[in-house]
Amino acid sequence: MVASHLPDAVQGPGPVDVVLNVNGATHVVRIEPRVSLLDCLRDHMNLTGAKKGCNQGACGACTVWVDKRRVVACLTLAIACEGREITTIEGLAENGILHPMQKAFLSEDAFQCGYCTPGQIMSAVALLAEGHAGSDAEIAEWMSGNICRCAAYPNIRTAIRDVRDGVGGVGSAAR
Amino acid sequence: MRPVSYSRVRDVATAIATVTADAGAAYLAGGTTKVDMLRIYAEASQRLVDINDLPIDHIEVQPDGALRIGAMARMNDVAMAPLVMERFPVISEALVLGASAQLRNMASMGGNMLQRTRCTYFRDAEASCNKREPGSGCDALTGVNRGHAVLGTSKHCIATHPSDVAVALTALDAVIHVQNTGGHHAYPIDDFFLLPGGTPQREHPLNHGDLITAIEVPALPVGRNSLYLKVRDRESYEFALASAACALRLENGVVAEVRLALGGVATKPWRARRAERALLGQPATRESFARAAAEEMSDAVARPMNEFKIELAQRTMVRALETLAARGDVS
Repeated sequence: MVASHLPDAVQGPGPVDVVLNVNGATHVVRIEPRVSLLDCLRDHMNLTGAKKGCNQGACGACTVWVDKRRVVACLTLAIACEGREITTIEGLAENGILHPMQKAFLSEDAFQCGYCTPGQIMSAVALLAEGHAGSDAEIAEWMSGNICRCAAYPNIRTAIRDVRDGVGGVGSAAR
Repeated sequence: MRPVSYSRVRDVATAIATVTADAGAAYLAGGTTKVDMLRIYAEASQRLVDINDLPIDHIEVQPDGALRIGAMARMNDVAMAPLVMERFPVISEALVLGASAQLRNMASMGGNMLQRTRCTYFRDAEASCNKREPGSGCDALTGVNRGHAVLGTSKHCIATHPSDVAVALTALDAVIHVQNTGGHHAYPIDDFFLLPGGTPQREHPLNHGDLITAIEVPALPVGRNSLYLKVRDRESYEFALASAACALRLENGVVAEVRLALGGVATKPWRARRAERALLGQPATRESFARAAAEEMSDAVARPMNEFKIELAQRTMVRALETLAARGDVS
């Protein structure tokens, strides 16, 4: 464990130790300040769930939570996340049991190629917590930051509705 | 992205002193523009001073009824604040219709005022752009300029200002509060955004080290009857081709008070003062709305691909006014 840095200490531009709390565990990574949270997760922590689609904040494939809010990891600097709580798709299941949203995506076939799916799911769980899943139109509007090239949108919305409405109960694939 | 150094600050004075002292330093707020610009080499900061911990994110009503939005308040938090939704729906709507939920969770209100244009020639380091490299020329003039501005342009720059919420704030006469080592400055929003003229690289009056601390919206009862109408190529997560921020009060079917500003068609958030003047005292009819809208666009300058915006902006204004008028004599 590395002590947190002094408030105004200048770090970098070379590699520095950065302490990150990811999915409840503390990690120390040695990275340059310019490294994005996405690259840090994927290349330095072997957490490859968050995907690199556009790398410019346009596609949502890299959606993770910082302090429980959904953000795009590609436009977030890893070093700026020190002292914050990061949650990725790998941290969603509990004790090996999938989150209801993960189950709903499976049972509703809410993906084709699957590349955008981790971002879709992280966004969808946050969407419900935010209370923006009242109608299909509201779901579409508040999920618009997650692009699905395969256009699985109807099934994604169905999966979100399922979880919102508790269809089949938690853990059930039946409808 | 080129290498950068990083530090995090906890108070406004330290933030300002730190950036002011280092010509290569820049503030890092939500990062949604800054990180993007650094990555495509459109900006070249060598040091980022992270201001995300600054305690200037409150959204509150002042004793005089004005709404004060801390510069580090996030777009989504402002959009969803009950007092914003109730008193200034135009602000809330403009925010929700911008960007995506993720970006709105990150992006700060102060940063939104400073976001850079989406002009592809500005962002393409290979292209000529007077905004990025003064004197190098403007490839947009003869290039793909469908999304570019028709109001407030110059022969040096036709880049459209990208913000939605700045349009709403312009309609409402917001004030941008700025702090620097010399003290505090308050800019009326219409003076904050500069026309490109011969210096398109200068988009606002801020100097290096100046920090936006708050945005203040004056108490304005007409704000309760307001809306933001955004017209674009797709229904969500897209920049405006034309948008209108509008607030309206009628008395006996006559326009007693009106605020109107345009987005997507101008080089800065565009207060439609001509249309406002033309509307005051006129009956709230489609004809007078259309006349005022035409008046506003009368000296618009189109390029080969964006001529449609002149008509689209008028229709957008008319529909916004008609929608508010149909809600009745609300004040």
